[in-house]
Amino acid sequence: MIFKKKFIKESTSENAFKAICFVAILLPILLIIVLIGDALIDGWSRLNLDFLLGLPSRKAEIAGLLPALMGSFYLMLLTAAIAIPLGLGAAIYLEEYASESFLTSLIEINISNLAGVPSIIYGLLGLEIFVRMSHMGRSLLAGACTLALLLLPMVIMVSRESLRVVPKSLREACFALGADRFQTIWKVVLPMSFPGALTGIILSMARAIGETAPLITIGALTYVAFLPDSIHSAFTAMPIQIFNWISRPQKDFHINAAAGIIVLLLVMLILNALAIWLRARLQRKVYW
Amino acid sequence: MHNRLWMMLVLILIVGFSSCKKKQDIAGFVKIDGSSTVFPISEAVSEEFRNQKDAKTQVTVGLSGTGGGFKKFCSGETDISDASRPIKPSEVELCQNNNIQYIELPIAYDGLSLVINPKNTWATSITVAELKKLWEPEAQDKIKKWNQVRPSWPDKEIHLFGAGVDSGTYDYFTEAIVGKEHSSRGDFTASEDDNVLVQGVSTDDYALGFFGLAYYEENKDKLKILALDDKNAANGNGPVAASVATVMDGTYQPLSRPLFIYVSIKSLERPEVRSYVDYYLSKASHLVGEVGYISLSDKAYDLTRQRVEKRISGSLFGGRGSQVGAKIEVLLEQSL
Repeated sequence: MIFKKKFIKESTSENAFKAICFVAILLPILLIIVLIGDALIDGWSRLNLDFLLGLPSRKAEIAGLLPALMGSFYLMLLTAAIAIPLGLGAAIYLEEYASESFLTSLIEINISNLAGVPSIIYGLLGLEIFVRMSHMGRSLLAGACTLALLLLPMVIMVSRESLRVVPKSLREACFALGADRFQTIWKVVLPMSFPGALTGIILSMARAIGETAPLITIGALTYVAFLPDSIHSAFTAMPIQIFNWISRPQKDFHINAAAGIIVLLLVMLILNALAIWLRARLQRKVYW
Repeated sequence: MHNRLWMMLVLILIVGFSSCKKKQDIAGFVKIDGSSTVFPISEAVSEEFRNQKDAKTQVTVGLSGTGGGFKKFCSGETDISDASRPIKPSEVELCQNNNIQYIELPIAYDGLSLVINPKNTWATSITVAELKKLWEPEAQDKIKKWNQVRPSWPDKEIHLFGAGVDSGTYDYFTEAIVGKEHSSRGDFTASEDDNVLVQGVSTDDYALGFFGLAYYEENKDKLKILALDDKNAANGNGPVAASVATVMDGTYQPLSRPLFIYVSIKSLERPEVRSYVDYYLSKASHLVGEVGYISLSDKAYDLTRQRVEKRISGSLFGGRGSQVGAKIEVLLEQSL
């Protein structure tokens, strides 16, 4: 800093701007505190190992989250396995191979538009294409394909963003050394952009884990007292179980719902922390 | 360059799916879907079935709503369909087209409670005719104040709350009150989630709403019940308020309704489905009360068992959808 702080006189307009910015940050934080605090107060008493490892039940006190938790876990694993290769591939094509043309800009506009389509539309699409036409039934695979479809535009966009960060000079240097396009992408561009892409992908997965509408549309079930045993297995997921508990008349189930919300938030927090950790860890290895 | 990371990812996937692939010892499966009203009963029975009788059969219960459930049932996707109203003509036709034969089994009663805000001091009861005047399609934009329903009530706006139009609850209410299934005014607050309706009525002094009796029973401190008078002495004289007792003895009319499960006859040939249905009927009278509904008489459960035994297909209601004031026992006996 060149100037010491005391030499700069803060004007009133500066102060006002600061105040507005402060309110802008305060409101979301307050909102989050109220939300989490409310869930914690309601659900804390039910948060224990039995709740995490229990099966659904008509008795709120012994009802557990295990099938929903594992359902969400497998769903995310499968979704990632489908969405990451496809999304990364599409991003590499658009950034590295495709030439500027009317067609590519049309594709680009469509991808950004698709990212804004309501998730229930993807649910309806998934119901028709995966559940009915591809005869996957109401299985984990159909759910994962639908969620992958939902994530794809976002994955493509964050991947492209991170590919774009790699300086053009590096690519040119690579070509100058005699590498072909594949070698340049595989050895230079991808390793450098991967941490950024991965972070974005994990963040969008954290969004997908809370999605309810598309799963309900494709017909994820509500009472499932077993764990998925294959990708064709019936399944339930955390948001669906929470939704079901909230709509029950008995207050005890609402406590379960609050506890379920806390678990869901925790899983999201873990995913986000993982994203930050991966980025920090991987970026250290890249030398510019 | 990032070989370690790739290996880690691959490892996670392999571990994930191999733990996923472990085949359990499965004896079979029973697929149930349908009404969210009936869901708690099917959930309770499935839980007990797993704990007491057969842990190897995988029972799954979904809640697509009565209509959504029948769509899946009639295309052969499910074995049992939960329903909060009898099957409709369009659904009968769909089942016929796909050659799905079914047995209709009444398993419980539910009452639709009429509720108002506790701050409402003027209303204690309402007649069916007044309700019809209030809810029929012609009332839209016309009947907007309490004193238009009954002149002695105040000149204040009336705010209506009711079940979402895709639910069997809405179908039954409109059939019982308006006289035509699925037909009512559209300017009311509708929600598939009854807790939203409870919230709405309990915070609005001028509200009037209807929803399942269980939701009133759980929120008695926040709501006031409105007694219903059907002007029919055979169902008890004067206004009757919804309660477990009045639904069970048949005096709370016309807003008491039976709940059903529909079982596919083809699925019934599978031993696990058969044993599940038998278990359902033997435990229903005990379990429906536990989850907030009202059980049928023991005789009625006996009759439903015979219905399964004799594989009597079709609906007790002639496939015409909701019917009001039906005496389940009588209908069951006639059908055997």
